[in-house]
Amino acid sequence: MPIKSYLAHPQEGKKEDLLMALSKINHCEVIPAQNKDVIVLVTDTESEIEENILKEKLEAIESLKLFSMVSGFDTQN
Amino acid sequence: MCITPTNRRSFIKKMAATAAMTAAATMFPGIVFAIEQEANLPSGNDLDWKKGPCRFCGVGCGILVGVDKGKAVAVKGDPNSSVNKGLLCVKGYHQTMCIQAKDRLTHALVKKNGSYVRTPINEALDIVANKMKETIEKHGKDSVAMYTSGQSTIPEGYVASKLMKGAIGTNNLDCNARLCMASAVTGFLTTFGADEPMGCYEDIDYADYFITWGNNMAEMHPVLFSRMLEEKNRRGAKIIDFATRTTRSSSASDKSILFEPQTDLAVANAICHEIINKGWVNKSFVEKHCNFSKGLTNIGYGLEDKFKFTDKPEKIDFEAYKKFLEDYTPEKVAKYSGVSVKDIKYLATIYGDPNKKVVSYWCMGMNQHTRGTWINNLVYNIHLLTGKISQPGNGPFSLTGQPSACGTAREVGTFTHKLPKGVVTNEKHRRLAAKIWKVPYGRIPAKPTYHATEMFRAVDRGDIKFIWTQVTNPLVSLPKTSRYRPAMEKDSCFVVVSDVFPTPTSDVADVILPASWHIEKSGLYGNSERRTQHWDKMVEGPGETTPDAWMTIEVAKRMGFGDLFPYSEENHVEEIYNEYRQFHEGAKHGMAPLDVLKKQSGVIWPYVDGKSTQWRFNAKYDPACSNGEDFHFYGKPDGKAVIWQRPFEPAPEAPDDEYPFWLNTGRVIEHWHTGSMTRRIPVLHKAMPSAYVEFHPEDAKMLSIGNGEKIKVTSRRGSCILPASINERGLPTQGQVFVPFFDENMMINDVTLDAFCPISKEPDYKKCAVRVEKA
Ligand code: SF4
Repeated sequence: MPIKSYLAHPQEGKKEDLLMALSKINHCEVIPAQNKDVIVLVTDTESEIEENILKEKLEAIESLKLFSMVSGFDTQN
Repeated sequence: MCITPTNRRSFIKKMAATAAMTAAATMFPGIVFAIEQEANLPSGNDLDWKKGPCRFCGVGCGILVGVDKGKAVAVKGDPNSSVNKGLLCVKGYHQTMCIQAKDRLTHALVKKNGSYVRTPINEALDIVANKMKETIEKHGKDSVAMYTSGQSTIPEGYVASKLMKGAIGTNNLDCNARLCMASAVTGFLTTFGADEPMGCYEDIDYADYFITWGNNMAEMHPVLFSRMLEEKNRRGAKIIDFATRTTRSSSASDKSILFEPQTDLAVANAICHEIINKGWVNKSFVEKHCNFSKGLTNIGYGLEDKFKFTDKPEKIDFEAYKKFLEDYTPEKVAKYSGVSVKDIKYLATIYGDPNKKVVSYWCMGMNQHTRGTWINNLVYNIHLLTGKISQPGNGPFSLTGQPSACGTAREVGTFTHKLPKGVVTNEKHRRLAAKIWKVPYGRIPAKPTYHATEMFRAVDRGDIKFIWTQVTNPLVSLPKTSRYRPAMEKDSCFVVVSDVFPTPTSDVADVILPASWHIEKSGLYGNSERRTQHWDKMVEGPGETTPDAWMTIEVAKRMGFGDLFPYSEENHVEEIYNEYRQFHEGAKHGMAPLDVLKKQSGVIWPYVDGKSTQWRFNAKYDPACSNGEDFHFYGKPDGKAVIWQRPFEPAPEAPDDEYPFWLNTGRVIEHWHTGSMTRRIPVLHKAMPSAYVEFHPEDAKMLSIGNGEKIKVTSRRGSCILPASINERGLPTQGQVFVPFFDENMMINDVTLDAFCPISKEPDYKKCAVRVEKA
């Protein structure tokens, strides 16, 4: 049951679009920086399958330039 | 503290958010998040966070491992580590999950009548020591060998070297860093007389251009690549990818330039030709700080057993060098390199512009090369001619693949020719080692014996009758495993394999020793930027798993060398490090004391008067400079670096009618080398379950090959069947196929060629000729 956090970097000028797109996706919590073009993204899924589906959805977002993983927790242990 | 599953989950989510915000704060100073979101974030919970370096690549990210009730339950990037500033890649985050693999080696296994019998560790170590002793008595010291790793910790490498060279008195010690870093070492030594990069990762914060030479950093050094992308986004730094295959790095770069395999030698010379021709040479720098030399040419490829080569350097002058470069005009080189005149000139303009700071990065593309030493020399030439070296944001930077290729293999010196300080051929260095090790000086032999490839050839010939491998999986990672696997299966050699998981190498072992994994022991690693990182044991290992260093010490004691290994089981890491540090005392390589390393997220050497030296050879930063000038290349007796005249020479095997494709091999982001750890991490295994053979779409069309279709890749050495991959992860140039080597079920190294650079003895895994057909 993985919980992960990422830094999501929007394409130039697309921070709002990215925020909107991320907010619509289940299992995602977003914390946008107020003064920089970066969004903290926390994902919380029940299984690896769900996590993979989520990852595919994230990768398909056009306003997303790059996302880098920062931390991960396995709540099963 | 009592936590219900639900509030524990929300607590962990807050922890995850905090970690990301902390990382963001390091990357974007002054960043602000909404106040309500920052409020009430936990400062820690019942998890005990322990610091250390990542287990995997040479970037050496700092990690924090969350331990709960004796179990590692979480990993996050260490925000205090200046390497990764809180970031991690997908391998880094998931690393501890392999510990739970069901087939973990938890007890020693000894082969009896063809099957493995679980054996108490003490008995297994008795068997290893007796066998080693008996072999020496019967066949002499040079009949036993150890083959270790750039993933061995510093203490593990140190005791292996002390046992083989100091106690037994044989130079039969080499390591898998020979397969990845040896050309970098000989490149540094021939040009500067001192190993390892002069700069550090902070160069990323200052460079205007990053030029990557045959280096897919987005997958192999992902956190550094993220840092470069940050600089690209933040201040418009440019990334130029110069490679033989289009990769994730190419797509994220500002420009991708492709070249024909092996012609990087010619392009580097053409860049120097253009720099000289256009008058961009930094004359005062070159006059004050550089010599010119040439070496032998047509130097061979090491394809035959017992191949020998010694270069004969000869001094030349600038005019002779300039004349030599006449064969390398951009126009001439464009004809066979596949790089346009415009692109060669473009690269030269970047290096030649005195107002632009440039860092060149490379790793396996340049090192795994039958002219690996030369291509390293040639890239140094570019930086030396323009004086772009040893300054923040300006410099050549050879990256390492393994987490302690620098710290252990190169600094401790687990190569046949090396000692912890210097080389076995140097009397002064042997005397120093004998003094610190407290062994008779005459015991350390003055002649190197077997480098990695030759070591396994010697096993095949029956010259080596006992071999002990630690932290490495040569029967997947050596070139031409089609020869070396049957060699290791022969009864003439007793094989001891020490590892965490079963591998194709442990499959041929007579004794398998169960090793502790990374965080189940204390240790030290040294990364690509000369940063030494210490960690304390974080969790208990299962069964009778034992740290490799301790197993070596136990065997040494059983062989009668107890007085040379007086370390205690609880404290051996500290005791060994303190002994080892004596080798490097002084301003040129001083290493930080252990109490400093325990407090900090790694320390860069030379560590002088309580301070790290970030840019060596530059008097502004490096207290070892003593010539009164701005720069001092003190590795060379006259304080000058060498600009080498090195020609283009072809690869030993190139595509022909029978074998019409180049085969290039390499790695993928999800897997660590031979996959013995990462293929046991479910999320990584699922993301990349098996190897594949990548085609250019035009080649696939010509051969009517579809995605996923089974393809047989055959060379003069062997064959391998893999599914085709078209337009997926990477895109090879036409006439080339690419196969990653992580998959033990698809052994591409049965196909590769064991040709090597005659100077470094590092094999070339990037070029051989193959035929492809539907299986
Ligand atoms: S970049 Fe390398 S050191 Fe950093 S987390 Fe990934 S594998 Fe580990």
